[in-house]
Amino acid sequence: MKNISASNPAEDPAKEQAAKLSVYVSGSPHVHSTEDVPWIMRQVIYALIPGALVGVYFFGIPALKVIAVAVVSCVVMEALWQKLTGNPITIKDGSAVLTGLLLAMNLPSGAPWWLVVIGSLVAIIIAKQLFGGIGNNPFNPALVGRVFLLISFPVAMTTWPEPRSFFSQAADATTGATPLGALKTAIFEHGTIAAAPGMNLMDPFLGNVGGSLGEISALALILGGIYLIARKIITWHIPVVYIVTVAVLTGILWLVNPEGYASPAFHLVAGGLMLGAFFMATDMVTSPITNTGKVVFAAGCGVITVVIRLWGGYPEGVSFAILIMNAFVPLINRATRPTKFGAVR
Amino acid sequence: MKTFKGGIHPPEEKQLVKDNPIVDFPLSSRYHVLVQQHLGAPAKPVVKAGDEVKKGQVLSEPLGFVSVPVHAPTSGRVKEIGRIVHPVTGLLAPCIVIDADGRDEWADGLPLDRDPFAMSREELLDAIKTAGVVGMGGATFPTHVKLSPPKDKTIDTFIVNGAECEPYLSSDHRLMLEQPGRVLKGAGVIMKALGLDRATIAIEANKPDAIKLMREKAPAEIQVEALKVKYPQGAEKQLINALTGREVPSGGLPMDVGAVVQNAGTCAAVWDACARGIPLIERITSVTGRGIVQPKNIRVRVGTLLREVIDFCGGLNGAAKIIFGGPMMGIAQFTQDIAIMKGTSGVLVLREEDTNITAYSACISCGRCVEACPMGLIPSTLSKLGEKGMYQKAMENSLLDCVECGSCTYVCPANRPIVHFVKHLKALSRAAGAKK
Repeated sequence: MKNISASNPAEDPAKEQAAKLSVYVSGSPHVHSTEDVPWIMRQVIYALIPGALVGVYFFGIPALKVIAVAVVSCVVMEALWQKLTGNPITIKDGSAVLTGLLLAMNLPSGAPWWLVVIGSLVAIIIAKQLFGGIGNNPFNPALVGRVFLLISFPVAMTTWPEPRSFFSQAADATTGATPLGALKTAIFEHGTIAAAPGMNLMDPFLGNVGGSLGEISALALILGGIYLIARKIITWHIPVVYIVTVAVLTGILWLVNPEGYASPAFHLVAGGLMLGAFFMATDMVTSPITNTGKVVFAAGCGVITVVIRLWGGYPEGVSFAILIMNAFVPLINRATRPTKFGAVR
Repeated sequence: MKTFKGGIHPPEEKQLVKDNPIVDFPLSSRYHVLVQQHLGAPAKPVVKAGDEVKKGQVLSEPLGFVSVPVHAPTSGRVKEIGRIVHPVTGLLAPCIVIDADGRDEWADGLPLDRDPFAMSREELLDAIKTAGVVGMGGATFPTHVKLSPPKDKTIDTFIVNGAECEPYLSSDHRLMLEQPGRVLKGAGVIMKALGLDRATIAIEANKPDAIKLMREKAPAEIQVEALKVKYPQGAEKQLINALTGREVPSGGLPMDVGAVVQNAGTCAAVWDACARGIPLIERITSVTGRGIVQPKNIRVRVGTLLREVIDFCGGLNGAAKIIFGGPMMGIAQFTQDIAIMKGTSGVLVLREEDTNITAYSACISCGRCVEACPMGLIPSTLSKLGEKGMYQKAMENSLLDCVECGSCTYVCPANRPIVHFVKHLKALSRAAGAKK
């Protein structure tokens, strides 16, 4: 049989022109949503801005420095590593910027620059690139960086400058305790929470407390979290279940023994719960893929957080809880597959 | 409003062509009629070079039950039986080339004038098969097979699919608006063939004029349902689920839940076949997209070259992709020397900015594909297995349940070609199965 080219381009100049068809050929679908990875990363960064601004307001220029050093070193380290290993450089996807920002928000504002650089190195190189880069890391890179620093440099990582207004920052900033740290000390030394100073709720809600520079204002973080949910970057499952689990568990203990345990409201606004629940536990790469899985994951985070806060050696347990639950994600994914359409029941 | 679980909301883009009335594509001087225009067993040409043929004359005989003939789109002479690029496979495939004589004369006795409602079920099915009717939504499965369920299957639901959920396309929309009688009467014939006394016409809510007109024209036994606008609302399994709540079992067919679905265009073709004996030699096609100068809805004969269709619509303008079908499931073409087929519901020409030509990156496990998948699968896992060619593992992950609707790929922020990976895995598993 003869193969047909339906027209002979040589016969007609117009047809010759048309015959030079230069088009793309690829599999379906041929249209695509405009929401790509850089867009998602940008949305998360936007959502973190209120929390970061509150940190800068209460801790001043040092907080800004920590943020800048973390972001720049994360991006530079990712680019350097990818250059050295001969891999495509992916810093444009925005994930290294986000990791840097998240790491900074998990550090005390007084952290020296070298500490921030070491944290970035651990986050980007060890926690992310050694596992294969974006999408392949089992543990949240920023949290790995933070926990590495917390264990290796415990003093620097628990020296908390006192919050002040941005306009009354003093050169000789004093340091103090975080609300959860003060609570732990009071219970340890006196066996009752009554000795804990400054257990009001409004200060940690607004951010007028000691702590990591990005965790202090529950309000600013909740606003950012609502933005992420409204933009459909994250679903409600992880933050809501995480927060509700912490509230229920601490609530039960508080009802049983109000002298021995702080109120659930205090546990919600103090410490890193809001930062963790809205921004760290929701990291797509290191959290389960289905909504059912997210509920299981978040409940686990909540339980571990409460256990560490109430009975562990550290005053705060959010970072450890999320990292521990990160390890369970493959198992959770396996156990919470969606029911397929038409499954034989 | 009724719908299914999962799915996506791509821009509809129907405004480009939905208000353009159907125009007749003029008679061409030459037609290239592919022998294989249906899913199923092949057909065999029964004409040879030099034969005189009349419009509607049989050009090929089906080989087997799941097979249909093709017919001459006009009167003329068979120039040759050669090979042309097949729009679905991209490979050269047998085609019958007909030089038109310009008289456009019907074969003897056509068109008939008979009352399908006086015909028996067997006579109707025979008329449908003889006329070469296939599913005109794009899948091109022989219609008479779908209307011949085995004895142990009880059919209680017949759905006319007027959802047209693919963005850009409006061929079914125009058909329902301009020729509601053909659709409704064809649906009536199918009801008779199935032995049913009622049917449902399902239309997405973005076609209110068609819904209104159908409600006015439809007899009492045909109910018109408006469906939520969501892709892939017109996919057979999703449509049945939306209307009846039933789920076609994994690996099964609509008849397993007592349902038969036929596209609106297919109903019209069934009416022509049964009432007038006219074979499926022409169809309504939307030629649209911003890469074509004048988007049109055309009534075009099967075998017309894409090149002529593009010329008729004012030519190309910054075309980056030419697609047979819609943007979600259509097939990109690499030449204009291909022919319109029975299943060509649209010719879509996209400019570079309308399509998606960027590299993909690693999966970030965002779960958007899982949310979008109307089949309840985990597309991200399939795509990762596809990258590695691990088809056996993919089979354990319900590879064969994927309907390739493209919802997952549309939403993937890492731009991963998930459907491509799925097709690759299916091909690997078929090849491995064939080797055994």
